[in-house]
Amino acid sequence: MKFTKTAALVGAATLMLAACSGGSDPADGGNAAPAGTGPIEIWLSNNEAEIAWGEGVVEAWNAENPDQQVTAQEIPAGSSSEEAITAAITAGTAPCLVYNIATAAVSGWVQQGGLVDLTTFDDGASYIEERGGDSTAAYQNDGGYYQLPWKSNPVMVMYNKDLFEQAGLDPENPGMSTYSDFLDGARQLVDSGVQSAIWPSPTNEFYQPWFDFYPLYLAETGGTQLVEDGAATFDNEAGAAVAEFWSTIYSEELAPQEAATDDAMVSGNTAMQLAGPWAITSYGEDVNVGFMPVPTSGGSEEVVTFADSKNISMFTACENQATAWEFLKFSTSAEADGQLLEATGQMPMRVDLAGTYPDYFEANPMYAAFASQTERVADVPSIPNSVEAWQVFREAYSSAVIFGNTSTEEFLSGSAEEITGLVG
Amino acid sequence: MTDIAAPPARTPSSPGPRAGGPLRNRLLGRNPIGSLFALPYMVFVAVIFAFPLGFACYIAFHDYFFTAPGVEVERPFVGLDNFADVLTDPQVLESFRNTAVFLVINVPLTAVGALVLASALNAGIRWAAAFRVAFYVPYLTASVSLVGVWMLLFSSGGLVNSVLGPLAPDPSWLVNSALAMPSIALYVTWKQLGFYILLYLAALQNIPSELHESAATDGATTLQRFRHVTIPGVRSATTLVLILAIITGANLFTEPYLLTNGGGPDGASTTPVLLIYQQGIQQQNPDTASAIGMLLVIAVGLLSLTANRLTRET
Repeated sequence: MKFTKTAALVGAATLMLAACSGGSDPADGGNAAPAGTGPIEIWLSNNEAEIAWGEGVVEAWNAENPDQQVTAQEIPAGSSSEEAITAAITAGTAPCLVYNIATAAVSGWVQQGGLVDLTTFDDGASYIEERGGDSTAAYQNDGGYYQLPWKSNPVMVMYNKDLFEQAGLDPENPGMSTYSDFLDGARQLVDSGVQSAIWPSPTNEFYQPWFDFYPLYLAETGGTQLVEDGAATFDNEAGAAVAEFWSTIYSEELAPQEAATDDAMVSGNTAMQLAGPWAITSYGEDVNVGFMPVPTSGGSEEVVTFADSKNISMFTACENQATAWEFLKFSTSAEADGQLLEATGQMPMRVDLAGTYPDYFEANPMYAAFASQTERVADVPSIPNSVEAWQVFREAYSSAVIFGNTSTEEFLSGSAEEITGLVG
Repeated sequence: MTDIAAPPARTPSSPGPRAGGPLRNRLLGRNPIGSLFALPYMVFVAVIFAFPLGFACYIAFHDYFFTAPGVEVERPFVGLDNFADVLTDPQVLESFRNTAVFLVINVPLTAVGALVLASALNAGIRWAAAFRVAFYVPYLTASVSLVGVWMLLFSSGGLVNSVLGPLAPDPSWLVNSALAMPSIALYVTWKQLGFYILLYLAALQNIPSELHESAATDGATTLQRFRHVTIPGVRSATTLVLILAIITGANLFTEPYLLTNGGGPDGASTTPVLLIYQQGIQQQNPDTASAIGMLLVIAVGLLSLTANRLTRET
């Protein structure tokens, strides 16, 4: 398997070089940026607000570029965006740009030879780094940018202020920043009659750790990713503290082992949920929501959390890559990012976000907490066999933490060893 | 070319050779127009079933990885390595064990339940048409929506546990390692039963009523008639029901994916097809996924053969 993946990577790189040099002048040594101008197709997520934003940006571009028209559509239906994109890469039907790229899937698509390294454009690396700052380095694969870090949804603890008040907790300042305070508050909530204090999805999908274990692990370690330097990092004191915290939540029945059959936040069956800024518009009308940072063992107001970013990638199936690159810059300009923030409440990943859009955050103070949090986020690591590694992690976590069938020590050591083997 | 076959004896039902010769007969059959009508389905089977199966077999014996068009990579032959990998993977073995548990519950329950209910409908009970519709509706309804209903029924605070009160299992049905797979088996049996009832109904209506009348005249009770007339009379339908139940049961995916949260709790309802999806589609390891698929095809083939042998008339 490893041999094939390495070979695929080499093949993809060769193809990329060939594509990059395809339209160039032989005199320049074949180092010219990818060429080709003309109509392009882009895919947007199926989020209603994002579609409205995307259509507006496309309309503005098309008005100025009649010979380089952009067509936008939703990512085709599938059980996930990643599956639809993987199938499109294999079939050669991928669009030029997709505005919903999960970092965990990128390494697999790079191996498939499906993504364009954006540093092959003359101003590729400089544009990405000037827009996103130093944090963009974490989004590199093999030294190249196969994704432009676009927007983040920093994960915080969303809570129902009314249920907090009913349980005797201060809804404006719940004081639940340490594990012990959080657990005390959770017990108080359940004792007050709420079905569950917090309800993370207990399902087995590979990405579920991003909304239970991982944000707290990033907070506990100050931003250490699950894997660093080719080895799993979580078989340590911090990992054990986070695992024990969640294990207590489940063993004391402060969170159910079953998935919710409805929206537990709206129905009032849970008092808390881990969520990003998207939740403000989703729950704002139904629930009196407040937000607080994820807890740590020692308690801290300025914690690092999971970025839950969605990024933009360009695909090798794209014929008009020069147009795609120009449109990519157009749609991630300060103006377009401001429109995205206004339309969706999601945080563009650019330096000094709060300073760039002061009027917005003044008018929408609930989002200001997220804007501040965007300066302290980390994403999933860009590693080989990423999805497989997260699936291994999830299964071991479920067994030990959610269902209590194995010990947390076995979970940490066993899955760390297996993941190191997969990514090393 | 001089080897000419003797013409078949002419009978009223055998019109004899037609113009065109034996070569054309051999290639196109005695009714070429029939082959023409069958051609679209043969193409469908070849493209949709035969080619993917053959390709999956090829993938299972190679170090295979999906790539974008134009990316050329080596995909070396690895013999049985992928099979060795999956056969030593505890998760894969557990998934086959889970499927065995499912089949042991689902297949007999399906065959017996469908035959009993079909016999009742065939006997002309009151409201037979309404019952027939009621049995068939779950089969027609999308599993995704029915799963939602079953989750409401069997969740910790669901209707079933409310009725059972202190007798409700703890942990609840769908998060209980011992009960998750039987719960799925029960759900699938209920959902599919309408289809199998229809198969049995058709078979029951082919049993001559004289057989039942003779048995009754000889003093056979209702139970004896059911055992000695009905069951032998629907033997071929039973073979079909068993084989179809085994095949659909072995392909279990939607129910463990949705009803038990992706094969939970702790892998107790993971199935081979769920692993094929995870490894082949999500994790981009089509080679090991194909190896699991090949093993599943072999297992289903052997089980179907056994079912066919057991129900064959002697």
